[in-house]
Amino acid sequence: MSKIKNYINLALSDKRKILSIFLTAGYPNPNSFVDLAKSIYDAGADFIELGIPSSDPLADGHVIQQSSQRVIEQGINITKVFDYAEELSKYTNKPIIAMGYANPLLSYGIKNFFNDAKNCGISGVIIPDVPIDEYDNFYENNNSGIDIILLTTPTSTDKRIIEIDNKSEGFVYYVSMTGTTGNHQNFDEKSLNTLLKTKSLITKNHILVGFGISNPGDVQKFIPHVAGVISGSAIIKSLGNGTAEEIDRTLKLVSDMKAECKEQL
Amino acid sequence: MNMNLYNLPDETGHFGKYGGKFVPETLIAPLEELEEIYKDAMNDESFVKNFIHLCKTYTGRPTPLTFADRLTSHFGKAKIYLKREDLCHTGAHKINNAIGQILLANKLGKKRIIAETGAGQHGVAVATVCAKFGLSCSIYMGELDIKRQSLNVFRMKLLGAEVIAVKSGSKTLKDATNEAIRDWVTNVNTTHYIIGSVVGPHPYPMIVRDFQSIIGMELKEQIIEAENRLPDYIVASVGGGSNAIGTFYPFIKSETKLIGVEAGGYGLQSDKHCATLTLGTEGIFQGMRTYLLQTDGGQVKEVHSISAGLDYPGVGPEHSFLKDNNLVEYYSATDDEALEATSLLTKLEGILPALESAHAIAHLNKLMPLTNLDQIVVVNISGRGDKDLNTIISKLGGD
Repeated sequence: MSKIKNYINLALSDKRKILSIFLTAGYPNPNSFVDLAKSIYDAGADFIELGIPSSDPLADGHVIQQSSQRVIEQGINITKVFDYAEELSKYTNKPIIAMGYANPLLSYGIKNFFNDAKNCGISGVIIPDVPIDEYDNFYENNNSGIDIILLTTPTSTDKRIIEIDNKSEGFVYYVSMTGTTGNHQNFDEKSLNTLLKTKSLITKNHILVGFGISNPGDVQKFIPHVAGVISGSAIIKSLGNGTAEEIDRTLKLVSDMKAECKEQL
Repeated sequence: MNMNLYNLPDETGHFGKYGGKFVPETLIAPLEELEEIYKDAMNDESFVKNFIHLCKTYTGRPTPLTFADRLTSHFGKAKIYLKREDLCHTGAHKINNAIGQILLANKLGKKRIIAETGAGQHGVAVATVCAKFGLSCSIYMGELDIKRQSLNVFRMKLLGAEVIAVKSGSKTLKDATNEAIRDWVTNVNTTHYIIGSVVGPHPYPMIVRDFQSIIGMELKEQIIEAENRLPDYIVASVGGGSNAIGTFYPFIKSETKLIGVEAGGYGLQSDKHCATLTLGTEGIFQGMRTYLLQTDGGQVKEVHSISAGLDYPGVGPEHSFLKDNNLVEYYSATDDEALEATSLLTKLEGILPALESAHAIAHLNKLMPLTNLDQIVVVNISGRGDKDLNTIISKLGGD
C-alpha cells in the first residue's frame, strides 16, 4: 500500500491531520538546503514537497517563480533534487514528494525519473500540468510504486473529479481556488460549498488542500473538512534570503500551522 | 500514411504525438467549453457568414495575390507571387484570428479579453477587435518588448487596451504568454484568452489554424484564376507558425511543396536563434507537446531573432507533426539574410515586408536556383514592415 496513504491513515486514527510543506529545492541556499528541510520536518511537517525548478511554472505565482528562477541559475536540476531526497530519506521516515512540471521530467526520461526517484526514497509526485487527459500518454504505464498525486480544482466537473479520485494515488490535491499559488482568496461560503461538493465525490482518497494556505488561521478554516493542508508560497516568502532570523520565523510558522492540524472538538 | 485522411487534430487534441492539453486542471473546463462553442460555431452558418463578412468589410479581404515581376526577373527562374497579408487592416494576418476569436468570446458570453504579444502585432489586432466589439482588453507584453516596440504599445493604449508589462523570466513573448495563462487560470469565469498563434493547449492550435486558413483558401482560388493551376512551392515564415499553417493548410494534401522558414538569428551555430524545428527537441511547453529549444535539464532556452514576432522558443504542434511526417520542409534564415531580403523586396516590388515575412523572402536565395521557368512559387507576406522601421534603420543605417 501507498506509504503516503498509510501515513495519513495512521495520523487520522490518532486524531492528527497532515501538514505538507512545499520547498523549492535548493532555496534559499543550495548548500544548507538539506539542513533546512530536516528542521522543517522537525518543526512539524508531515510531508515535504521538493519543488523541481522550472523556467515556466504555469501554476505558480511570483514567489515560487522567482525562487525557481534563482535555483535554476544556481544549477539545481532533477539530479540535485534526487541527491537532496536521498539525504532526507536517511534522516526521516516521513514521506518525501517531488513536485514539478512536465518538461524537466520528459527531458530526464519518464522511466528513468521514476526509477531514480524510487531509489532515493521519494514516495509521490505531483505534476500540475499533466491532467488526466494526458495521464496515460505521459506516465507510460508507470509501475514504480511511486504515487502519482492528481489535483482537482473548483472548475473540475463531477465526472472529472470521480475520474481523478479513481486515478490519484496517495491523496487528492484539492486546489482551493482558481488562480496560481500564493494568491489569497477569502474562503467564503461558496468556496466551502465547492469543497464539500468535491469531498462528497471523492471516496477512494483523502483530500489535502493547497493554494492560498499561508497562516494558522487558513489552516483552521480548512482543517475540519479535509485530511490535511499544503503550504508553499508563504513558506518560500518567509524564508527570504535564508538569514538565521528568517529561518527561525519560518520554523515557527510551520509549527504554528502544525498546531492547527488536529481534529477539532 | 494515407494523406487523404489528413484530419488532425484527433479527438483528444493531438497531431500524432504532439499537441494535447498540458495545463493545470483549472483550465480544462474552459478549454472544453471553448471547444464545444467552437464546434457549434463552425456548424452555425450565421457564425461563419458573420466571420467572412467581417473579414471582407473590416479587414479588407480577400487580400491580393500580387505577381512579383521584378523579383521574378531578379532570380530568372520560376514565377514568384506574393500573398498580401500585409494589406490586412492593422498590418498583418493576426487580425484574421482576432476576429474569429472575438466572435467566439461573444458566444461564450465573456466580457473581458486577454492576450499576449511579442512584437505587438497580435496585441494591436486584439485591442482593435475589442474596440470594435466594446470589450475590456488586457495585453501582456514583456518589458523588453515594450521598450523595443513602443509604437505598438502606444497604439494598443490608444485602442483602449491595458498593456501589462511582464517582468518575469525572459521579459519577452514566452513569459508574456505564461502571464496571460496565469491571468486566465485566475479569472477563468469572466475572461477569454485570445492566443495569438497556433500554439498552446488544444483546441487553440486547431482554432487559430482554422481562422487563419482563410489565407490559403483565398490563395488557392487566386492562383487558379491567375495560372489555372496550383503553385509548385509555397513559402512562409514560422515563429509560432500561424501565418504558415494558415497558408499551408488547404495544400497539405496537394502536390505543392510547402516550405517553412524559421528565424536563424545570428546563425545556427550561435545558440542565438529561434530555429525550433531545425534544432529543437521534443518537449512540453505552454500546454502542448512540441519541438522546443531547451537545455539538457529541460529548461526552456532564451532565444533570439531580429524579428520580435519570431522570437519564441516553441512552435505550433501541428508543425512538429508536419515536419516529422515530411509534409512540410523547414529551413532557417538569419537576421542579416532577413534584412537583406527586406531591402530587396522593398526596392524591387515597392513592398516593405515585416521582418517576420522577410525570412520567407530570404529563403528564395536557396530555393529559386532549384526551380525552373515554368514553375510557380508563392510567398506569404504575413505583415508589413512599418512597425520594424526603427530596427531596420538601426541595422541598415542611412544606406
